[in-house]
This record gives sequence, C-alpha cells and structure tokens, in this order.
Amino acid sequence: MEERIVIAGFGGQGVQSMGQMLAYAGMIDGKQVSWLPSYGPEMRGGTTNCSVILSDEAVGSPLVTSATCAMVLNRPSLDKFEPIVQKGGLLLINSSLIDRKAVRDDIDVMYIACNELAMEIGNLRVGNMIMLGAYLAKSGAASIDSILKALPKVLGAGKEKLVPINRVALEKGAELVK
Amino acid sequence: MARILMKGNEAIAEAAIQAGCRFFFGYPITPQNQIPEYMSRRLPQVGGCYIQSESELAAINMVYGAAGAGARCMTSSSSPGISLKQEGISYIAGAELPCLIVNMMRGGPGLGGIQPSQADYFQATRGGGNGDYRLIVLAPGSVQEAATLTGKAFDLADEYRMPVMMLGDGFLGQMMEPVEIPEGVDLKDLPAKPWAAQGWTPGCGRERAVINSLYLDPASLEKHNQHLQEKYDIISAKEASAVCEYTEDAEIILTAYGTMARIVKSAVQLARKEGIKAGLIRPVTLWPFPNAAFNKVLEGGNTKVILTVEMSMGQMVEDVRLAVEGRVPTPFYGRTGGMVPSTEDVLAEIRRLKEAL
Repeated sequence: MEERIVIAGFGGQGVQSMGQMLAYAGMIDGKQVSWLPSYGPEMRGGTTNCSVILSDEAVGSPLVTSATCAMVLNRPSLDKFEPIVQKGGLLLINSSLIDRKAVRDDIDVMYIACNELAMEIGNLRVGNMIMLGAYLAKSGAASIDSILKALPKVLGAGKEKLVPINRVALEKGAELVK
Repeated sequence: MARILMKGNEAIAEAAIQAGCRFFFGYPITPQNQIPEYMSRRLPQVGGCYIQSESELAAINMVYGAAGAGARCMTSSSSPGISLKQEGISYIAGAELPCLIVNMMRGGPGLGGIQPSQADYFQATRGGGNGDYRLIVLAPGSVQEAATLTGKAFDLADEYRMPVMMLGDGFLGQMMEPVEIPEGVDLKDLPAKPWAAQGWTPGCGRERAVINSLYLDPASLEKHNQHLQEKYDIISAKEASAVCEYTEDAEIILTAYGTMARIVKSAVQLARKEGIKAGLIRPVTLWPFPNAAFNKVLEGGNTKVILTVEMSMGQMVEDVRLAVEGRVPTPFYGRTGGMVPSTEDVLAEIRRLKEAL
C-alpha cells in the first residue's frame, strides 16, 4: 500500500496542518510516512500545498509527482494538480470555492461543499477536515481516531479542546462517502 | 526518546542540543531557517546561547571563538550563506578547532534559487576556503539519519579537532518524517579539551593555549600542513562510509547521496521488478569518499556501468571517476536546483543503460 497525496489551497485553509495530521496519523498506525511542504516566496492570499506519503515501504521521493489522491481547496490548486492525479486516482474538489468541474474522466472525482458544510456544523475553519474525513472514508488510509490523536501534536498542546468539533467535521466528511 | 514527526532542520537542532551543543550562531536564509528558529527557543532552556549575528561572517567567527574556548558549537546556513563563511571555515580548519557547520543546499551559482539542490558538493569536499584543508562531510538521506549523524558529527569534530559539515538539501530540511532523537549526553562526559583557551594564569600548570592559523615561518607552516595531512590520511582510512543496496549481483550500479539517493533507490527497486539487475551505492561520507564501496562492486565482476545521479550538473561524479579509475563507463544524469528528478526519470535512465549493455 502506498498513498501519495497532494493537498492544496489558499494559505489559511489548513492545508499544511491537515497534511501533517494525516502524516502523523499514518505514523501512529505504524506506516512509513513523509510530509513535505511547498516552500518559497509565499505571499498572503497565495496558494500553498504539501505532499504526504503513507506507505508500507520506506518512502523514496517525498515529492508527489503522481498522486493517488489530490485534495484541492481552491481553483488555482485544481488547475495545477488535476493533471498529476494518477489514472484511477481520487480528486476531491472544494465546490464551495471552485467554479468549474474536473475535466478528467479517467479518475474518481468527488465534489464537497466544504465551506457550507462547515457552516452547518458551526465552524468555517473545519472545512478542510470535512474533506479529510471524506478522503479517509474513501481510502482507508488512516482512522479518524488516529487523526484526532495527531491533532494536538500538530496544533500544539492545549488544542485538545478542538478535538470534538474536528471529530464532527471528519465524521460529516466520511458520511458523504456512504 | 519517543518517535515523533519532525522536520529535518528541527531534528538536527534537537539532536545537536542532545549531543551537548550549547552555542549556535547564525544568520537567516531559506531553506534552513527552522534550525536557528528552533535553537533560539531551545538553547536558553538548556543554559545555552543563541545569537543571530549581523552577518554570516560574524556568525562563523563567533563559532571560531566558541570552538577555541572548547565548547560544542555550530552554525547553519544555505548555499550563498555558506559561501560567505568560507574564510572563517578555513581559519577554523587551520587552527584545528572542532565545530559543526550545516549546509541545507539551494540552487546556485550566486543567489541561485531557494529550491533543493546538490550543487555545493565541490565547495564542501574540496574546501571552499583557501589552503590545504579538509572538512569531514556527512550526507544524511533521511530525517532520522540527519539526527543520528548530528551526534556523530560532534564526536568526529572533537576526535579529529576539525570542522565537520552536514550537507543536506532543501527537501531534507523541510521534510517531516518520524524520528527518534538520540539520547542526550552528559556534558561532564565529553572528552577533555586541554588545548582550549579557557583562561591562563601563571602557575596554572599548563602551557598557554594559542588559537592561531598564522605561520609566517615557511618551515613551520609546512610542518603544520604535514601534520594536518597525516590527520586527513587517518580519517580517509577510518571514517569513509557508504550504504550499498542490491549491489551483490548488479550489472548497473547507480550512485547518489542524500535526498537524491532515496529517489534512486525507488527507481532501482522498480528496475528490479522489470528484471534489470540494478543496485545503489549511497555515500554517507562525501569526504572522505567511500572508494572501497566502488572497489568492492568492481572486484565482484558483475558491474558493467556506474551511473551517478545528482541534483547538480555533475560534481560527485568526479569522485566516482577517481574511484572507478576507468574500469567501467561512468555516465552522469542530473538536474539543477528545484528540478528534482522523479523516480520515473531515473528509471528511464536505467532502462536506457540496460538497452546499451
């Protein structure tokens, strides 16, 4: 098993932290993992992305150039990463902010209205976790419990209070897959 | 210590503290800023000293001072910043002082770019400063190895009284992987440094400690250089290290270090699935270069070609050619800063070599 995931969106959408939580959860589950952020002359409102790999084997290149899954939270990220999803791979699109459909017909595409769904559960900031919940349910790459164990490791001690709202978000995302 | 997820830069910083490093001097530059950031937070907690200097030149000379006083100390930077430190590195090597210098390489020449690169191999292994000196150069291939080699780097620096360089790249510094930081040493257990300049008073029972790299008398200078060379010969004989994988029966050997070696290993594994007998030699020490690993595969008689793969236009390949001494062809494949070759790119090169055999 090897999951090669790209997560991309605007700075502030939780792209890097959800990637770290996924990698941390994979480690908790005993997998080989890596997380690699895009780094560079980033600017406010600009796009950001990260590569996450969860594997049974030692991780080779930490950079994902052929993705088993791409989670895109804004339009520029869809344009950039739709082409690198491998044939038969998964593309999760934040339809709240992205005004076009996928053009590929050889991959599995799922549209998730992250922002509206997050508002329904009362916290716009967990939109990313709804998408992550859907990915977990689709792929079985990690469990919701492992993600929630990883959360305070990534966000810092004292953030345990955010676990309940994030559990709701992850479960809401998982339900979309059923 | 528990296994945690950490960036390569952070793992090196914590491992340095665990190894007894209490002094860090540096100046910011991407992609290694997590090292000074981490040190600025952690060193005061352990009674250490962090200084963000006014320049790279100042930073390396602060290292010179702390090393001369016998402290475990370090600096870190990335390519253009390391260039600025070369004068000080040469002085520290000349004065025979131990320290750790981390270079998380980015593209060059000049300001180049900020994405990962391996184009400072010449600078690291040939001596970017003046004079007949060497650095021990360590090239970790994972975050765990970066942490492990950090402690070893301080030990080697103390043992041989010379600067040690950790040569990584932007990916290694930025990437998070699971890591277990080696257990800390007790500062009291570190070897004594009777040569250190720690204050001399009449009747204190030892000679004055003189920290110096100036020898105006040519005969004295030559004697000093001969002494350095004897030390480098011992290191060459004792400390060279490489990891060999799938090399036993390999017809096509690939060689790469650091991040590039991870990608090459994946390509070698895919080639094996296609029935191509490929193998990997991953130098862990770049100086001294692990010639013995190359001699071993060549003496085995199966190897028909050795391909060097780098994120540069071809630097380590020169050491490979010196090691191989023309016994088999030694082609090169490389890309420049940020254009990281993919597993598929490397696999295509392996297939091409197989067809030409």
